[in-house]
Amino acid sequence: MNKKLSPGRRAYTAGMKALMYASTAAIGALVLLLIGYVLYRGIPNITWKFLTMAPSILNDTIGIWPDILNSIYVVIATIIIVLPLGVCAAVYLSEYASNKRLVSIIEYAAETLSGIPSIIYGLVGMLFFCEFLKMQTTLMAGALTLVIMNLPTVMRTTQESLKTVPQSYREGAFGLGAGKWRVIRTVVLPGCVDGVITGCILSVGRILGESAALLFTAGIAHVVNGFFMGLKSSGATLTVALYIYAKERGEFGVAFAIAAILMLLTLIINLSAEAVARSFKNKRRI
Amino acid sequence: MEANEKSILSVKELCLWYGNHQALKNINIDIPKNSITALIGPSGCGKSTFLKTLDRMNDLIPDVKITGSVEYKGEDIFAPGVDVSELRRQIGMVFQKPNPFPMSIYDNIAYGPRTHGIRNRAKLDDIVEKSLRGAAIWDEVKDRLRKNALGLSGGQQQRLCIARALAVEPDVLLMDEPTSALDPISTSKIEELAMQLKEQYTIVIVTHNMQQAVRISDNTAFFLLGELVEYGKTEEMFSQPTDKRTEDYITGRFG
Ligand SMILES: Nc1ncnc2c1ncn2[C@@H]1O[C@H](COP(=O)(O)OP(=O)(O)O)[C@@H](O)[C@H]1O
Ligand SMILES: [Mg+2]
Repeated sequence: MNKKLSPGRRAYTAGMKALMYASTAAIGALVLLLIGYVLYRGIPNITWKFLTMAPSILNDTIGIWPDILNSIYVVIATIIIVLPLGVCAAVYLSEYASNKRLVSIIEYAAETLSGIPSIIYGLVGMLFFCEFLKMQTTLMAGALTLVIMNLPTVMRTTQESLKTVPQSYREGAFGLGAGKWRVIRTVVLPGCVDGVITGCILSVGRILGESAALLFTAGIAHVVNGFFMGLKSSGATLTVALYIYAKERGEFGVAFAIAAILMLLTLIINLSAEAVARSFKNKRRI
Repeated sequence: MEANEKSILSVKELCLWYGNHQALKNINIDIPKNSITALIGPSGCGKSTFLKTLDRMNDLIPDVKITGSVEYKGEDIFAPGVDVSELRRQIGMVFQKPNPFPMSIYDNIAYGPRTHGIRNRAKLDDIVEKSLRGAAIWDEVKDRLRKNALGLSGGQQQRLCIARALAVEPDVLLMDEPTSALDPISTSKIEELAMQLKEQYTIVIVTHNMQQAVRISDNTAFFLLGELVEYGKTEEMFSQPTDKRTEDYITGRFG
């Protein structure tokens, strides 16, 4: 084969190859540089006190414990609401809805929704939840805004994985006299747990990384609260805190420390998403 | 063949459309109890469609229109108020490709009984053993009932699926080319099994393999392009077909 290539052709191939190597190397270097720089600037600022204290104006110290709690609260509240909603919507659209036109319109809308910039969700969430529903600037209003933002993701990943459940399982169950709901509960849903979990983990990542939507709806307070009290109060999540410390207080050390923490969290989340997907694939093959 | 009291399924003037495409044209057939009826014919002639009509599995496909009647033990299965779940319990289905659920062997067999409300552990144990014995696979799996059924070989999986169908104590077993995905040894095991099972059950089996029809069936129905061309005793049909098209098909001139 190779012999038949003309010299010009061979030079072209070699050139393209070199170009591809170069771009790969450039991207790799860029990523490493970015991560390295953030970790280098951030990690020295991470101390036990920094992680476990609230900021104090009197002592002039900064701690991100309330922001960590707020992040956790928002993640929990959002996931608790978005998961059942998204899974139910997916099951309804894929297994029950008979109007295929309507289904494809809804799927298209969901696809579009997931492409909208988050700041727009923030604006709408502020007007709807904070003002119209009079929830004020609270973590709960933020969580509800994030529910809307993540609903398409959870729904679509669940739908995709519903499609991977073989039709023959459904036929087998129906053939034994099982009703629709029993078929879904015992054969279809267990077959798509991996998709649900993947969607869930992806959402957690997006929630942790979200700032614009939460700036509008959840506020910027750094106060330590319990879960329910927290949801009823205004509060900054880690990402929002990063913005505030960097932009409004010029505390770049703190901002980089938070950035480093967020980056490590993202890494852990992505790895666990992969691990979940892999372990389910293995389980199914047995 | 004429209708007689011994027929368990009686099909009259059955037509079926998928959208605008007519897949079954005026089918009339009576299936006698405790016998094996083979459905033969070139692929696409409507054998699977016909089989699925008998336990209303076509209900799952949108845009299907059916006219005519199918009587099971004298009652129209399409009549309003028919309990489809109960109908499918009494008329079991074994599919072309073995389709065990991705759960343990035990749970596969217990799936049907549990669906119909049996929760008692001892009773389920009993049913599982009886069904697996009935499908001649008990000895091969009795030590690994808790293992995933997908770990079995193709032939074992198909016998497991037969056992799963037997577990709800059906009267009729519909089998759609149950051996087409299997090796010769597994195939002969399933054929043997089918011949044992007809003592207790009525079997309707689709096969593309005419030797198989001759080996195991009492009656044979020949389908072509959605029509039932000929139906009769298997030996008679294969020795003296009355229709030219049947003769052409069984002598291998097309198909
Ligand atoms: N779900 C379906 N939707 C539309 N047409 C179908 C469907 N299933 C089967 N058909 C059509 O009906 C005819 C009979 O198919 P089938 O019953 O599967 O034949 P066989 O089992 O004899 O090979 C074929 O022309 C096939 O294309
Ligand atoms: Mg077929």
